[in-house]
Amino acid sequence: MTSVALRSRAWKLLEMVTTPLVPSDYLDLVSPLRAGADLRGRIEAVRPETGDAATIVIRPGRGWRGHTAGQYVRVGVDVDGVRLWRAYSLTSPTDRRDGRITITVKAIPDGKVSNHLVRRATPGTLIQLDQATGDFVLPEAKPAKVLYLTAGSGITPVMGMLRDTDFDDVVMVHSAPRPHDVIFRDDLHALVADKKLRLTELHTDTDGMLDIARLGDLVPDWAERETWACGPAGLLDAAEEHWTEHGVRERLHTERFRPTVVATGDGGEVTFSTTGTTVDADGATPLLDVGEEAGVLMPSGCRMGICFGCVTPLKAGAVRDLRTGEITEAEPGVLIQTCVSAAAGPCDIER
Amino acid sequence: MTAIDPTAHLTAEQIEELGRELDAIRDEVIASRGEKDAAYIRKVISAQRKLELVSRGVLLFSIFPPAWLIGTAGLSVAKIMDNMEIGHNILHGQWDWMRDPKIHSTTWEWDHVSPADQWKHSHNELHHTYTNVIGKDNDLGYGIMRVDEDQKWHPFHLGQPMWNFINACFFEYGIAAYDLELGKNLHKRRRKNPEFRARARAVGRKIRKQVLKDYVIHPLLSGPSFLPTLAATFTANLVRNLWSHSVIMCGHFPEGVQVFERRSIKGETRGQWYLRQMMGSANISGSKAMHFMTGNLSHQIEHHLFPDLPSNRYAEVAVKVRALFEKYELEYVTGPLPKQVFSAWRKVVRLSLPNKKPKVRTPDREQELVAA
Ligand code: FES
Repeated sequence: MTSVALRSRAWKLLEMVTTPLVPSDYLDLVSPLRAGADLRGRIEAVRPETGDAATIVIRPGRGWRGHTAGQYVRVGVDVDGVRLWRAYSLTSPTDRRDGRITITVKAIPDGKVSNHLVRRATPGTLIQLDQATGDFVLPEAKPAKVLYLTAGSGITPVMGMLRDTDFDDVVMVHSAPRPHDVIFRDDLHALVADKKLRLTELHTDTDGMLDIARLGDLVPDWAERETWACGPAGLLDAAEEHWTEHGVRERLHTERFRPTVVATGDGGEVTFSTTGTTVDADGATPLLDVGEEAGVLMPSGCRMGICFGCVTPLKAGAVRDLRTGEITEAEPGVLIQTCVSAAAGPCDIER
Repeated sequence: MTAIDPTAHLTAEQIEELGRELDAIRDEVIASRGEKDAAYIRKVISAQRKLELVSRGVLLFSIFPPAWLIGTAGLSVAKIMDNMEIGHNILHGQWDWMRDPKIHSTTWEWDHVSPADQWKHSHNELHHTYTNVIGKDNDLGYGIMRVDEDQKWHPFHLGQPMWNFINACFFEYGIAAYDLELGKNLHKRRRKNPEFRARARAVGRKIRKQVLKDYVIHPLLSGPSFLPTLAATFTANLVRNLWSHSVIMCGHFPEGVQVFERRSIKGETRGQWYLRQMMGSANISGSKAMHFMTGNLSHQIEHHLFPDLPSNRYAEVAVKVRALFEKYELEYVTGPLPKQVFSAWRKVVRLSLPNKKPKVRTPDREQELVAA
């Protein structure tokens, strides 16, 4: 017997020993970061960068496959007992010797996860990880001249790149409200001192916003540079327009952080994506009724919110709990009770 | 049916007001659910797993009597924890709000021969929606017992103390059969129903796995301790069954608990639904450890009012619920475990014998009793 077959037999036997659980349920108790476990990480340190930003040092599980500079990782963090997933750029170099990775997080107003990570996360905490992903990365062939155009926390993926790859000619134009809001300010100035970077730091509280039409004043040869831009949507929209206007759109690479904002209101268009049914729903009719009226086969039970026989994934949009008024927005893994939830805007139910 | 309706003094408005007050209690807990609660269930799960591992480990040497005793006791407690505080409550969706796919009503499987999804249907849906409605809620007597003086007596009922005892010993199999609605489905025509057959196969698979684990694999792993380990797992299952049967009997059987007629729930309002849960359930009083080992089903009344609130919050909810019972002058049925178990058993025995025909009987009611 091959060793693979032998191993799978041994595993089967182990499963019989642990049924109805699986062996990993027990292994997770002692070794949550082992190879073969669901990918997780352990927070090892939280280092403040500015008043509202911090770098989180994470030891990833053995299954971590590494990343490319500029990529992001989705992390699942338990905030007030609820697991929430967010994406953050990796700010560590790809070959960090201790195998740790870092993400740098800026606390945004009302941001549940960002505020938790910046202000309350403690070393030792386990978080969930996905593999790194994203195509905001450098090409294999090094471009001769590079421009980084960043604002606010848009600096984070670029910092990952700066720490990873040396270029001969790199310019950065970075905007932040005030000097002490500049994330990685010391690191950036150190790179400048080493002559590895030319930096224009704009403080928008005093200097005003960057006027993209005047970018040429700051970086005369901007159009010849391979450019990576990351920051608020306004900046990126303006940049895309500007680059297109000058016929060099292919030199511009952008990364947009904030996902599309979910519209929450009263009722909306409901899509049952598995069956491909779309109907309009008001904000008071349970989605279970909406689905059944549209001829979709909906699982159900008590129809009053107690049996959990109607839970169904919410793929997109938002719903309102008819009992408490609480809004639930779609996130991976979010299930809703269709008998006590109504559309709070357009939404997509997996049925 | 008791002759006097203990809720007769309440007006319709009062009942709706009561419903609103209960909703407020629920909302308060929902709004304050958080990190502490999540930490609680994770701690309980991890403790249960460690206890089971250690106990099974000790049983490898169960040829030595002290090891047998310790291992069997540990395994019994681990199985009770798995079924009661963990399994029952997770399968109610009490912890779904954590969005942890590993601790979720849709993914959880328990150390029990009834597959989680079948149990969820018969328990969460049928029992919790139609609590104590004769003919609708099969938990009333599990379809094999007479639980109300109004139910027609049949010589078969003479044996019900016996049936109840056997059911208690093999409770998990009783539940599996009950979830399958075996009695009803064994009729010739229904036996062939593909949906029933699929469910029966699922139960078969689950039984096979459970039996294999408890009575073959673990004893084999124990080598020379084969027989003692086998006896230990059998004992642990027996203890768990007797315990959960007792706890569950205390939930709806003791004297003072009301049962309802089918037509009484037609067009039931939210307030009336709440009221039926209040009158149809009974608690067990006792220490924290007692509440824990019953999976907080000692707070059966609170559990029936709010089946999806995390179990660790029932104790604090109970204080407020009890105050409402007092305010509305309703009887809060509770007592220590031995008293409640005795009360439930006494009823089982009493109703095994015929009683005087109740005086008033509507044709409608007659039909229901026959159906039940
Ligand atoms: S149908 Fe029972 S909770 Fe929705």
